[in-house]
Amino acid sequence: MPEKNANTSLSDRLTAIAAIPVVLFFRLFEAPFRFVQKIGGLKAMPYIFLLPNLAFFGVFVVVPLFINFSFSFTGGTNIFLSERVYTGTEQYEFLFDCGNYLDPQSCREDRFWKAIFNTMTFVVLQVSSLVALSLVTALILNRKIRARGFFRAVFFFPVLLSPVVVALIWKWILLRDGILNAFLVSIGLERILFFISPEWAMFWAIFVSIWSQMGFYMLILLAGLQAIPPDLYEAAEMDGTSPERVFWRITLPLLWPNLLVVVVLALIKGVQVFDEVFVLTGGGPGTATQFIVQYIYTTGFASSVQNFGLASAASVVLGLVLFVLTLAQLAAVRRKNDV
Amino acid sequence: MMSDSAEQPRSVGRLITAKRGRSKLHWSDVFSYVYLGLGVLLMFAPVVWLALSSFKTPAGLLEFPPTLLPLGQISVEVPGYDDPLLMFSTTMEDGSVRELAQVRRIGIVATMLDPNDPDQTFSVPITQNEPIREVRMAWENYSGPLERFNFMSYLWNSVIVTTAATIVTLLINSMAAYGLSIYEFRGRNAIMLFVIGTLMIPITVILVPMYLVVTSMGMVNSLWAVILPGAATPTGVFLLRQYMLTIPKDLIEAARMDKASEWQIYWRVVMPLALPAIAVLAIFSIMWRWNEFLWPLIVLSRSEVYTLQVGLNAFQGELNVQWHYILAMTVVTLIPVVLVFAFLQKFITTGIASSGMK
Repeated sequence: MPEKNANTSLSDRLTAIAAIPVVLFFRLFEAPFRFVQKIGGLKAMPYIFLLPNLAFFGVFVVVPLFINFSFSFTGGTNIFLSERVYTGTEQYEFLFDCGNYLDPQSCREDRFWKAIFNTMTFVVLQVSSLVALSLVTALILNRKIRARGFFRAVFFFPVLLSPVVVALIWKWILLRDGILNAFLVSIGLERILFFISPEWAMFWAIFVSIWSQMGFYMLILLAGLQAIPPDLYEAAEMDGTSPERVFWRITLPLLWPNLLVVVVLALIKGVQVFDEVFVLTGGGPGTATQFIVQYIYTTGFASSVQNFGLASAASVVLGLVLFVLTLAQLAAVRRKNDV
Repeated sequence: MMSDSAEQPRSVGRLITAKRGRSKLHWSDVFSYVYLGLGVLLMFAPVVWLALSSFKTPAGLLEFPPTLLPLGQISVEVPGYDDPLLMFSTTMEDGSVRELAQVRRIGIVATMLDPNDPDQTFSVPITQNEPIREVRMAWENYSGPLERFNFMSYLWNSVIVTTAATIVTLLINSMAAYGLSIYEFRGRNAIMLFVIGTLMIPITVILVPMYLVVTSMGMVNSLWAVILPGAATPTGVFLLRQYMLTIPKDLIEAARMDKASEWQIYWRVVMPLALPAIAVLAIFSIMWRWNEFLWPLIVLSRSEVYTLQVGLNAFQGELNVQWHYILAMTVVTLIPVVLVFAFLQKFITTGIASSGMK
């Protein structure tokens, strides 16, 4: 088939043309690397290859991690450490100065505690609904249904949308004159000002973040479900086991490790909630949907007085929570791989 | 690996639904399809509504209840009148309905004429007039922001950041993965542990010191501040290394026999073989960078350097929100992601399912 040959050679030629700059780029490094290899020998090469990446990690992750601690023990508004005043544990004392830890109003830094309580509310409600919905969706998609690929794509695509886009899509629906209120009015209900009511704002913050993330967790659970050996089900069928029993005795125990990973991943992400809610509600009304990351952002960067020390101290607190969750994640992953 | 085929009936579903009688549907089948149907509605409708709304004129957007499709009032050219006249469907005094053009309106009385018979005019109360409208796309929502505002520069900045960051990411991560997979050397496990360790440090925890580092390097309000800090991704190193480990060692030994330098082995032997994994990382990197929000929001404070996401957020936070432009720009921001997803869905879903990363 000459036509097909012509096609492939054309695409080959295009690929070759596209590859020219890439090839030239890599050629450029040939001489210096040969020189290094000559001097250092083969033994030095792995370190050379690792150097750029480790330098990036060092400068942008490791060094900042340590600086963070020093920051949290200083005060003032200057970003440069040498110009900052050492204040000891003052920032932490300020953050944790509370009459009653269960009542944010009684704390000196009530915004911080409000943010912590909001984040806890959000995480509990969001993670439980998120995991439950992902599980139900994965179970349904794992059934013998038509057009499974299509449905999977439908539930998954919001994962790839940017948080800003997701928030704007929903904000447009939820506005005072938005389509949802038009619907409410058309069925004879009152308009609701969703962003004026703290409860509704929190509800939609949770709803929208579930809408945008569910596909990701669904996909992990679906992969877990498909990895369950089919002969188990066949054996159960031969024994005439009831479907409910099959679910509780086969599916759930075998999916459990995956479920655990999903829960911990969702927790880690939930604690750091910021982007979509920030664009959707701006943290409002008042501070009703202000979460811990927004507190750090506002304190350190968005207020007229940039309080880097306080923001760092709050980051350290957040970091500790995430550290504990990460240990849980490692344990969950290890358990998953053991099974 | 995920399989799309429903041929292997190995789900609980099959057991739950084991059909009693060929034609009868079990309740759980009905539930499944109802659930999926509602799911499609809930997932798609918001995006469709965004797209439809983005073509409405500012006046059309203010309407309540909103119309489903973007509509515009029909107007006609009538000889003897300079401007096109708006068309109305008018209920006449005798109860008949005629399509008339409005010449002028004074208070609550409008002067109308029939475009086919322009000499005769009628005076009707405006309550008898109903505008005649047709589907009309307000393309100016799209062209407007491109000409005015900095939207074009936001778009351009996002493209630069995404491209540059992806190139840097692919280069340094593949080098690191090569070093960690091809060689046996002292400290390999320690470095691997270090890489996994950095995976655990989310950016939200080190915002302030990262800002200090970027400030000290003089990169605030330059695109480098967005490109460089996230370039070394532990996930990327991990993904590529796992793939490169599967490359046979003999191949590398053979290349060394042929006096190939290590750098040549890296880019001529290993890189081409690792292309599938590199493609996956490239897709992820593009997604990450295009959608990144918090960090650019912090380091980019001048509107010339805004990326799309930061720019959109700035627009929607303005006092006088221009929704007709925002909706159109949101659609533009969404298009690349939708395209990538449409063409590379398989890559993305298998990538996530097998590595559990996003």
